[in-house]
Amino acid sequence: MRLYLQKNHYGDYGDGHAGGLEQDAHQDPQKQWPLWEVFMRSKQGLDHKHAGSLHAVDATMALENARDVYTRRKEGVSIWVVESKHIHASDPNAAAEFFEPANDKIYRHPSFYDLPDSLKHM
Amino acid sequence: MDQTANQLQDQFQQRIDLEQKIEPRDWMPEKYRQTLIRQISQHAHSEIIGMLPEGNWITRAPSLKRKAILLAKVQDEAGHGLYLYSAAETLGISRDEMYEQLHSGKAKYSSIFNYPTLSWADMGAIGWLVDGAAILNQVPLCRTSFGPYARAMVRVCKEESFHQRQGFECLLQLSRGSEVQRQMCQDAINRWWWPSLMMFGPKDDESPNSKLSMQWKIKRFSNDELRQKFVDMIAEQIKLLNMVLPDPDLTWNEQTKHYDYGAINWEEFKQVIQGNGPCNKERLEARKKAWTNGDWVREAATVHAAKQAKRKSEAQTFSAKETQ
Amino acid sequence: MLQQSIKSYIQQDLQTQYLLHLADNALILSHRNSQWCGHGPILEQDIALTNIALDQLGQARNLYQYAALLITEKTGIATTEDQLAYLRDVGEFKNCLLAELPNGDWGQTVLRNFLMGSYQFFLYQELQQSAIGQLKAIAEKSIKEITYHVRWSADWVLRLGDGTAESKGRMVQALELLWAYTGEMLEPCDYELPFIATQSSFIKAAWEAKIASVFSEASLVHPTNEWMQSGGKKGIHTEHLGYLLAEMQFLQRAYPGLEW
Repeated sequence: MRLYLQKNHYGDYGDGHAGGLEQDAHQDPQKQWPLWEVFMRSKQGLDHKHAGSLHAVDATMALENARDVYTRRKEGVSIWVVESKHIHASDPNAAAEFFEPANDKIYRHPSFYDLPDSLKHM
Repeated sequence: MDQTANQLQDQFQQRIDLEQKIEPRDWMPEKYRQTLIRQISQHAHSEIIGMLPEGNWITRAPSLKRKAILLAKVQDEAGHGLYLYSAAETLGISRDEMYEQLHSGKAKYSSIFNYPTLSWADMGAIGWLVDGAAILNQVPLCRTSFGPYARAMVRVCKEESFHQRQGFECLLQLSRGSEVQRQMCQDAINRWWWPSLMMFGPKDDESPNSKLSMQWKIKRFSNDELRQKFVDMIAEQIKLLNMVLPDPDLTWNEQTKHYDYGAINWEEFKQVIQGNGPCNKERLEARKKAWTNGDWVREAATVHAAKQAKRKSEAQTFSAKETQ
Repeated sequence: MLQQSIKSYIQQDLQTQYLLHLADNALILSHRNSQWCGHGPILEQDIALTNIALDQLGQARNLYQYAALLITEKTGIATTEDQLAYLRDVGEFKNCLLAELPNGDWGQTVLRNFLMGSYQFFLYQELQQSAIGQLKAIAEKSIKEITYHVRWSADWVLRLGDGTAESKGRMVQALELLWAYTGEMLEPCDYELPFIATQSSFIKAAWEAKIASVFSEASLVHPTNEWMQSGGKKGIHTEHLGYLLAEMQFLQRAYPGLEW
């Protein structure tokens, strides 16, 4: 039984890895266009959000494809693209050490402080 | 090792039960991965093959408005295929591999697209019945347990909502039109009704993959549940069209509060899946032809990009030398 | 068929003829591009070309609607965009021949879009200064779309011209086929003159410069033949347009006078 997934085409590239598609021995790397991730900011939005993926030969085409695929309904006014192999993702097996230590830092949140109601503008 | 495997299995199921999304890098049983690849790629193939029967009518749409609507709709299906292929790609299969499976006949797609589109009214019937059935399947998939699939489906469902509406409106126009338009409308409903019931898949007791898919929350409703929901919905909507569904057994059942409907011809379903539908060969040939005709285009773009990258890096090296 | 009185009106009104010429160019080109939908070389580009076809269809509709409005006002006969698109026969269409030629392969399709899009770009840039308010507004809306079409198609001309030996060969072939149809766009006919008389030589020069710069980057050389095919603007078309219209107009012809 295969326990761990060795190959995912996004968010699975640790440091030192060249990236996914080139390593696939069973397919001709010349043939398939690289995969890109698309991030978009909507007109009212503050940040770029992940919109999806697509294939393109280079950044110019990736931006154009992103425009053609992901903004057909006025979804965005700004696009970022990044080749999927350049995305480094945190390891889900390290989720405990990464994220749980934040759980007990409740003093970082404003609601932690109990102040008199008469105090204004704070 | 086995113990670890069991532990991982248990943790995995726990996460599913807690409605946590499974993401591409998370541990997952191999069978879960395979099931998803099969389902998502089938779904993607259906979108792409599904462009063809409607695409037939883009050049024959009877008004400029209808032409624009149809063109936008068929294009949306390309987009949906793309979102779904991308979701499957996160599981470690490439789009090219999925295409190979489609082209070789190994991968299946929704059998409904092997039926021909014979009149303009078919554009309405497909929007109303076929997209209507698809939406019932797709809405629960927005909550499916695999994150990338759920996210793709949210996007698909958002875009899909105009598809069914335009279909119904197209039929409504025909139903209010001349005698020949009303006949066209009824004829299209007659031809698309039974195939759209088959879209929900085999009956529950004959659906081998369903149980595990439900346990993993890939699926949330059974085939028969969704089919019943569809019949109940359409049986009411058709009244607005003053048309009839081609099923003499269709009756409201006061006890179950559902519509009863006649027997589905499962032999036909089986035959169409096995490749004997009226258009199986044309559909697959059209896809293969598009892909093969595109070989030189994709290759040239790759080669051009490599040349450009090389030129750029040479120019950089050159200017670096200049400044030294 | 269009009513005789509408036909007669069109025959004597240059502005309506000009609007129909612009609209027919957009519609026929859109129709050709839309034939790729579902058959493109890769999904992303299938979607991209359909976006272009949709833009062009939108431009055609704006122009037909405006022409229909003028005809209705002048003749008192209610006329619609669909009558203009679906009830005129080959001889009444005024698009350039270049628009109606079959798609050929992807290379020929992107090259046609580049040649025609670049022309439309400089033309619509001028029409943005038009004294006719409605035409000016249509031009202002269309120019943004056309700017993207030129960018997209020029990128493809570069990729294929400067790609593999095969793609280069195919582009050379496509250019040989299409080149003789480019002259017609650049030589204004009687109904164009009142609207772009002074600008037409500028449009021609700008178009030639644009083509030259992209072709040189793509290492493509256009043929030097002087002889150019023409006639489309005056209703003398290639054999291809008849088939295109037979397909496009079939429902309106088979079931006349119905709403769809």
